[in-house]
Amino acid sequence: MSGVALDPKTSPTFPMAAKTALGDTQMRKNVRHATDVIQAKRARVVAEMPDWQQLREAGKQIRQHTMEHLDFYLEQFEENCTRAGGVVHWARDAQEARRIVTGLVKASGSEEVIKIKSMTTEEIHLNDVLETAGIHAYETDLAELIIQLGEDQPSHIVVPALHKNRQQIREIFQRKMNLPGLGETPQDLADAARVFLREKFLRVKTGVSGANFLIAETGGVCIVESEGNGRMCLTLPETLITIAGIDKVVPRFQDLEVLLQLLPRSATGERMNPYNSIWTGVKQGDGPQTFHVVLMDNARTEILADKEGRQTLNCIRCGACQNACPVYRQTGGQAYGSVYAGPIGAILTPQLQELHHAQSLPFASSLCGACYEVCPVKINIPEVLIHLRAKVVNQNTAGIAGLFDFEAAAMTAMAMIFKSERRFRAAQRLGRMAEIPLVRKDRQGVGWIRWLPGMLGGWTQARDLQEMPKETFRDWWEKRGKNGN
Amino acid sequence: MVKLLERLGHTVEFPAGQTCCGQMHYNTGYQLEAMPLVQRFVDQFREAEAVVVPSSSCVAMMKDHYPKMAASFKDEKLMAEVDALLPRVFEFSEFLTRRLGLEDVGAYYPHRVTYHASCHGLRNLELGDGPLRLLKAVRGIDLVPLEGLEQCCGFGGTFAIKNAEVSSAMLSEKTTAVLNTGAEACTACDNSCLMHIQGALHRQRTGVKTVHLAEILAGDEGAQR
Repeated sequence: MSGVALDPKTSPTFPMAAKTALGDTQMRKNVRHATDVIQAKRARVVAEMPDWQQLREAGKQIRQHTMEHLDFYLEQFEENCTRAGGVVHWARDAQEARRIVTGLVKASGSEEVIKIKSMTTEEIHLNDVLETAGIHAYETDLAELIIQLGEDQPSHIVVPALHKNRQQIREIFQRKMNLPGLGETPQDLADAARVFLREKFLRVKTGVSGANFLIAETGGVCIVESEGNGRMCLTLPETLITIAGIDKVVPRFQDLEVLLQLLPRSATGERMNPYNSIWTGVKQGDGPQTFHVVLMDNARTEILADKEGRQTLNCIRCGACQNACPVYRQTGGQAYGSVYAGPIGAILTPQLQELHHAQSLPFASSLCGACYEVCPVKINIPEVLIHLRAKVVNQNTAGIAGLFDFEAAAMTAMAMIFKSERRFRAAQRLGRMAEIPLVRKDRQGVGWIRWLPGMLGGWTQARDLQEMPKETFRDWWEKRGKNGN
Repeated sequence: MVKLLERLGHTVEFPAGQTCCGQMHYNTGYQLEAMPLVQRFVDQFREAEAVVVPSSSCVAMMKDHYPKMAASFKDEKLMAEVDALLPRVFEFSEFLTRRLGLEDVGAYYPHRVTYHASCHGLRNLELGDGPLRLLKAVRGIDLVPLEGLEQCCGFGGTFAIKNAEVSSAMLSEKTTAVLNTGAEACTACDNSCLMHIQGALHRQRTGVKTVHLAEILAGDEGAQR
């Protein structure tokens, strides 16, 4: 796909984007393979936990409790982080966060930054903003590096380059690292990335990170990762700037006991992440001597105010729902037009836009419930999807526009029919008459509809529809009653 | 379903005023339109000893959403009636396995069959292997496992129309799995999944049909098909 940033404000609707994505057979094969592998690994390490369901419940309780007292824990984090030598900044929205981070990088005297993979920086398109300000950001996570060098966009919140296979990655590295003879084994690719990145780790003086968790009780920040690039970025630079959504806070250090069991098993199918880093403020003579934390709201407060939508904020960004989602597995992540793809993206993205954009996303689900089943903190994604669908319908049918909305009119008519037995019977009779011009008999004498008009034509693109039965169950039942059965 | 329940010695009634559970409206975002159907459901079925529904997604709709819909009316009488009625509402296979404690219902169905676990039955109602145990006890049946049996067929109500392309891609995976089993028929506890799967099987001229679980369980030696 392209290097155009995934922005819900400008992206095509999901059905449109999905149509294009479905034509990319290589991408679909890559996504299928990667999600199959991760799902199998996850299933194995979840099955070995006898208390997995209790852990999920504990994770849910921790997150829910945090959200109910978010103001308290955020201020506690600020106080403790400041006491430990960090500087805390508050950003109301993406704009403010970008301005603060750009200012901090400039103040650090560097024109380059090394970055740890961070969805929050993706959410505000930080790299583009820094570039415009004359600052170059180097992604140091292998998958993010692939995306950056390939001028691509992330398609998954944990494994952002899962839509690329090894051959495609080799091609990008050959071209961008000037290594025409590069092989395609994982070892070859990792070696190339290591050489490319090592020089950046040692040279660049400013690091930018996100956060998996902010610990209110200690003022510490926690990041988990697999490659060690994070540890480099957290220890080598002179200045470290961490940007995190206000939803990332947890009350106590001890809460990590639960969350750090749930997260790696759900995300990558590992029992534990290879690297678990927690840093608290500044330590003289060891690691970054200047440390900033930018706490970003960016519509999270609005989400928190919505009783039914707020469980969205409990998300710990494991991506298990993406791997499990049969829709995501067909289209890949970029069709969602947002850095947050899949089921979590379908509920998070529209809410981050206060439902002004990305209105097709809540409908990008068959409500099969696979996402809810694997969610480590038990977010009832189907329930939130349905809640958001109602909000979208309310927005779209408000005022004059609603009078001309075909779907709304059909739904109202059907609601009228379902309210009355007489109308229901009449509708069944009418349906049988209305379908007559569309029905063709097959060799067995069964009538089938092969074409439907308008919106309903979506059905007959790939499916036939059997005609309505000549005798409904209701007719049969009543005839049987009359015959004295 | 009527035939089987009567064969098992139960009295079946069909309240004529019933229409729809409201799932389509509710799940598409037209929740106000679905509201009156809660009262209607209670009015139609409050006298029943058990309400048996041959569609898992309708039951899931009632169990997952009716209580909070009733609560949103702030109608205490309706809330109490919903709470009293819902424990007596069963998906068809659930009624047989959990309420009646049956596995062998005396059925005969001499065909090669594969079973698709509908999402709402599987995840919302947690039917587990109940339907499979019923099928295994059927005489003459050649039951073959379906690969990816827990994967959604891509129906999802209005999803099949609003996201027709993605829905078709999901369906194609399902029908491929069905065809790989060599079964003559694919069965499930939910007519909407079956209508969807059947739509593609027929379009592709596969000659494989879909049958509801009740049709198989109602089969007996005298009524071969």
